[in-house]
Amino acid sequence: MAIFNAPFWTFVGVIAGIYTILSLGLFLQYAMAGLPNFGHVAFMALAAYTMAFLVIRFGAPMPVAILAGLTAAVLFSLLLGLPSLRLRADYLAIVTVAGGEVVRYLALNLQDITGGAIGSIGMLGPSRLAQYNTGWDAMLAGFSRVLRPLFGALASRDFAMLLIVWAIALVLLGLCWVMVRSPWGRVLRSIREDENAAAAVGKNVFGYKLQVLVLGAILGGAAGLLLAYEIGVFSPDDYQPTFTFYAYLILILGGMTRLWAIPLGAILFGLLYAGTRFLDFYPLSLIDSGARAFLRLWAVGLLLIVLMAIRPQGLLGNRRELLLGR
Amino acid sequence: MTALLEQLVQLAVNGLITGSILALTGVGASLVFGIQRVANFAHGDYLTIGAYVALIVNIGFHQNLIVAALCGMLATALFAVVAHFGLFRPLRARGTIAVSLITVGLGLVIRDSIFLVAGSQVRAYAVSQSDVIQIGFVRLSPGQTVAIAVALVVAPATTLFLARTRLGKSMRAVADNRDLAAVAGIDVERVAVYVWILAGGLAGLGGVMLALGQGAFDPNLGVAPLFLIFTTVVLGGIGSAFGALAAGLALGLAMEMSTWSGLFGGVDSRYKPVLAFLVLILLLLYRPQGLFGRARVL
Repeated sequence: MAIFNAPFWTFVGVIAGIYTILSLGLFLQYAMAGLPNFGHVAFMALAAYTMAFLVIRFGAPMPVAILAGLTAAVLFSLLLGLPSLRLRADYLAIVTVAGGEVVRYLALNLQDITGGAIGSIGMLGPSRLAQYNTGWDAMLAGFSRVLRPLFGALASRDFAMLLIVWAIALVLLGLCWVMVRSPWGRVLRSIREDENAAAAVGKNVFGYKLQVLVLGAILGGAAGLLLAYEIGVFSPDDYQPTFTFYAYLILILGGMTRLWAIPLGAILFGLLYAGTRFLDFYPLSLIDSGARAFLRLWAVGLLLIVLMAIRPQGLLGNRRELLLGR
Repeated sequence: MTALLEQLVQLAVNGLITGSILALTGVGASLVFGIQRVANFAHGDYLTIGAYVALIVNIGFHQNLIVAALCGMLATALFAVVAHFGLFRPLRARGTIAVSLITVGLGLVIRDSIFLVAGSQVRAYAVSQSDVIQIGFVRLSPGQTVAIAVALVVAPATTLFLARTRLGKSMRAVADNRDLAAVAGIDVERVAVYVWILAGGLAGLGGVMLALGQGAFDPNLGVAPLFLIFTTVVLGGIGSAFGALAAGLALGLAMEMSTWSGLFGGVDSRYKPVLAFLVLILLLLYRPQGLFGRARVL
C-alpha cells in the first residue's frame, strides 16, 4: 500500500480521535484520581452492544439508542464502583479486570442477543444481516454534502466523520480542562496523593471517586459508540482486554498528567500502530502478518513497562507532580 | 435419580480439578499480594509459561508428564525470581497503582513472546485425548486423572509446608504484616524471594494442570482464569495462604456444581464465570476481608 493514501490516513485520524476520547476517561480516573480501571474496554463494549441491540431489534431512533448505550455504561460503572471504591485502589483494578472479561464472555455466549462470535451482523440470527449504523451514515452523508462547497472533493464520508470525531474530542477535552482546574479537580488530585488527608478535611472521598468513575465510563461508552459507527460492525473479539492498555499507553506517551498531551499521544499511537504496516522491507518482511500482530502487542507491553519504570510521568509529563515524595 | 447422582459426583470431580488449580495458584498469588502489596496481573501468564515449558519438554524432548511438569514449575519459578529482582523490587517505591500497570505490561510481553515463539495454534500434551478412564460412574480423561493425582499430592504438601516449616510460617507472617514480621526478626527480603519461588512453581504447576484438564490450549491459556484466581485471593482474604487454599476449592466446586440439574435445573454452564463475578461483587460489598480474613482497614 502506498504511504500517501488519503482514505487510509483519514481513517487513522478518526481512530486517533476516538482513542483520545477513550484515554480522556482514563485520564480522569487514573491520572487525576488514582483509580486503576483495567477494564475500560467493557464500557465501550456495553455501550456499543446496547446501542446496536436497540436499533436492530426495536428500530430505536439513533439519539435514543446512543443515550441508552451511555446509560448502560454508567450502570455498569456503578455495579463495579459501589462495592469496590470504599476499599483500597487495587480492589477496583481486580473488579474492572473481572468485569471486562465477563462482559466479553457474555457477548460471546448470549448468542440470541449479541450475535455471538460473529458479532453485530448476527443479531437477527444467521439468515439476515443486521445493521445498526444507517442513521449515522445518513447523517454523515448529509454533513458531507454541506461540506462539499467548502472542501470540494476532499469532503468524503470519512472526512465528515473525521471532523465530527475531532469536534467531539476537542469539546470534551475543553470540558475536562475546565473541570480539572476547578476545585473539584483539585479534590481528585488530593485523593490520588492521600485519600486520608482528603477525607480529613471533610471531602466525601467515596462520592468523588464514584463521580469520576461514572464520568470515565461515559467517555469510554462514547468512544465505544463512535468506534462502532466508524467500523460498522463489531464482535466480542474487538473488545479484548488489551484494548484498555492502548489507552494507558496513549496517556503515558502523551504525558500522564498533561491533558493537552492526550491527543498528541493518541496521534503518536495511531501512527505507531498503523504505521507498522508500512515496515515491510527486508528483514521485517520475513515476519508474516499474523506474527506481526503479536509483535505489536508485545511492543505495547514492553513500552508500558519501560515507560512506567523510567518515565512514569510520560514523555511530556510533569515528573514532580506524579512522584511527590517518591 | 441415579442419573442425577452420577451427574453430581461427576461435577464434584470436575470441581475438584478446577478447585485445586485455583487453590494452588491462589496461594501463590495471595502470598505475593500480601508481601508485595501489589496485584500481579501477569500471574495468569505465569501459568502459561509453565504449560509451554512443560510442552517443550513433553513433546520436544519426549519426557513423561511428571518430568515435564517439574521442568515447567522450575522454569516458572526462575522467571518469577528474575521478574522480582528485575522489576518488582526496584520499582516497589512507585506505589501500588503504577506497579500494577507495569505487571499488565509484563503480562502482555510474556503472552505475546509465547505467541511469537510457539505460534497461535492449539497444542496438547502427549496424552491420549480420546481415552476415557471409568472409576465407578465417574468418567475422566487421562489428563484429568493426572491433574487430580497431582492435586491430591501437592495441595496437602503445600498446606503442611506452610503450616509446619519455619520458612512456611515466615512466609505467612510476612504476607500478613510485613512490618511486624520485620520487627520480629524475619529477613523480609529473603523470604520474599522464597515466596516468589513458591508462587512461580505453583503457577507453573497450575498451568500444566489447567492444560491437562482442558486437553488443548493456546498462549491465552492463563489469561482466562486470571480473574478467577483474583476472586480466590479476595475470597480467602488477601495474604491468607490457607484462606486461598480453601477459597479456591470452594470456588471451583461451587462453579462446577452450580450446573447440577438437581439444583432447580442447574445454572447454564456458560454462566459459570458470571457466577464467580457475582461472588466477587457480593464479597466486596459485604465481606471485603474475605471469608477467613480478619476485619481491618482495607
